[in-house]
Amino acid sequence: MGSATIRAVDGISLKVEAGEFVALLGASGSGKSSLLNLLAGLDSPSAGSVIVENQSLSGLSREELAKYRRHTVGMVFQSFNLIPSMTVLENVELPLRFAEVERTKRGALAMSALEKVGLSGRLKHRPIELSGGEQQRVAMARALINQPRILLADEPTGNLDSRTGTEVMELIRRLNESLKMTVVLVTHERDLAEKYADRLIFLADGKVSADQPSTTRIVAGAKP
Amino acid sequence: MKLYDSIELAARNLRESALRNSLTTLGISVGVASLVAMLSLGIGLQQLASRRLQRSGLFDSIVVTSRRDLRGFNREQEESGPAPAESPDLNEAARLKIANVAGVVEVYPDLRFITEVRFEDKPHLTMVAGLPFSSKDGDSFEGMQGRFFSSEDAHEVILQKSFAAELLGKSSRGPDEINVGEVAKPLLGKQLVMRYAERESSGGQDAASYSVISHEMPLTIVGVTDLDPDSMRGSARARLFIPQKLIEGMHPMQAYDMRASNGVTSDQPIYSNVVARVSGASKVDAVEQAIKKLGFNTFSILDATKSMRRFFAILDLFLGIFGSLALTVASIGIINTLVMAILERRREIGIMKAVGASDADVRGLFFAEAGAMGLLGGICGSALGWFIGRVINFGTNIYLKRQGFPPEHIWSVPVWLVAGALGFSFLVSLVSGLYPASRAARLDPVQALRYE
Repeated sequence: MGSATIRAVDGISLKVEAGEFVALLGASGSGKSSLLNLLAGLDSPSAGSVIVENQSLSGLSREELAKYRRHTVGMVFQSFNLIPSMTVLENVELPLRFAEVERTKRGALAMSALEKVGLSGRLKHRPIELSGGEQQRVAMARALINQPRILLADEPTGNLDSRTGTEVMELIRRLNESLKMTVVLVTHERDLAEKYADRLIFLADGKVSADQPSTTRIVAGAKP
Repeated sequence: MKLYDSIELAARNLRESALRNSLTTLGISVGVASLVAMLSLGIGLQQLASRRLQRSGLFDSIVVTSRRDLRGFNREQEESGPAPAESPDLNEAARLKIANVAGVVEVYPDLRFITEVRFEDKPHLTMVAGLPFSSKDGDSFEGMQGRFFSSEDAHEVILQKSFAAELLGKSSRGPDEINVGEVAKPLLGKQLVMRYAERESSGGQDAASYSVISHEMPLTIVGVTDLDPDSMRGSARARLFIPQKLIEGMHPMQAYDMRASNGVTSDQPIYSNVVARVSGASKVDAVEQAIKKLGFNTFSILDATKSMRRFFAILDLFLGIFGSLALTVASIGIINTLVMAILERRREIGIMKAVGASDADVRGLFFAEAGAMGLLGGICGSALGWFIGRVINFGTNIYLKRQGFPPEHIWSVPVWLVAGALGFSFLVSLVSGLYPASRAARLDPVQALRYE
């Protein structure tokens, strides 16, 4: 990186309520993904703190951070990040291995997670054999399997056409409402954000440029 | 993550790049095979060299002599302890003392005398020696015809086969041409008469005064032995054996009785030497030291083979080092493969961390992969090493046969060597996995996820 320090996230102070659906918006390089990584405990801030459920992430050891990622947050990514050599079912079950859930209980848990995202067939298929929308559903099921309270989504519709993108957003909205999951969504598609999120936070150059409630939010399941 | 999950994921990863991992495993196999091959050659040669000695059953025997007997073994080494004139007699009291040394199973005086034996009214001259009843369990009587003594003091004899041949009038033939079965058949169950001179204490205080009475004793031939159970002594080699208890009860006049007359301090007979049998070859050293402390000289086959054993220890060491070189190369192969795997699976590691894998989980996964390759390589390598050994043994025996020698077992792959090789390759692979595993564990998940 040379000698210049780049502040990807700079002086941001914000609070997300439990059960809230927040969208982080901004151009690429604005720091929204970096902020998401901080929330996920994948990265740690050089200064300042991230407090989740009254616990500061900077005070956690690497092992405790792994536990936090395992149980408190679930992540979905733009590029799905499924493991190509594993089947759908194995991908969904993966977090259960790290959580040391008993082998016999895994199948049922995975099935129920897949049910939540509306996927029941093609469990023995590899990700590459699935459509983009289906892959993202698998990734969502994997994020849900340990029943986290927070869902962190990093441009989940970025690699999808608008129709499947809408389907995925509908799904996230449903999870937010039915399971009372807190959702932090990173996107650069303002329309989607306005339609599904409670609150829009705009980032530019690592700083918050605007923080406003969504005015055009629709009810989940209702087609516009 | 549970161990079986680590193993399962590791197995999946190994299958994913099957060719590369097979090649790495093959490398380990070759390394282990070379180690096994080298060491089994060393062990085989050592066993070949010591087999005869071991078969004689004398590895666990210590010959004890008095320091008063200046013709004793190792004279120059005995600088510590009492001077010859002050050292104790090797008599019945000394025998009991030696028997009480920890590790000693039994102590018996070495009694032998040259005498006349009559068989079918023909006299024969030979050396008679006592044979302890415990020899029954040794390997010395491999190939013996007939049976061992029926009791500890039975009036029975076991013949060395060359003496058996002599009794039958076939003495002109060389020892290798004598067939034990052939000479034993007409002799077993027959009687012979042994003459001997009994030393009888005259009851006076003078130790040097005793009577010598001539006796005759009929004995039944019960066995004819192929091997020489007494192979340790050269010129004093006996060819007729009677039970130790029997010979002790006979109080036979010993060749050294006259010589000892001037040195004895009591009227008790003293022994030229006694043999202490030890419970195991590993205890021989300690027992020898303890007996030396009592003021006697000792000698064992182990002493005599010390330099031989040292030679083989060094040979094994060097063969082991050469064998390990190949394994070292193989372990570098493991490191290389795993480091490549980290580069390839960077993203996968990132994903695992994002869904909750801890550093330890990732480390465990790479360890499991390294361990699996090591174990598999160890199994294949041991089998390969064993196979190479068989082939070379086969080839050597063809060569030996052509040269007119009997076939030999120059290759030995003991179970401990296979187990050791397996354990060693597993350990080496884990050590090789150390660096890749910790590197993978420390991978920054954000960077790993960004990696395409």
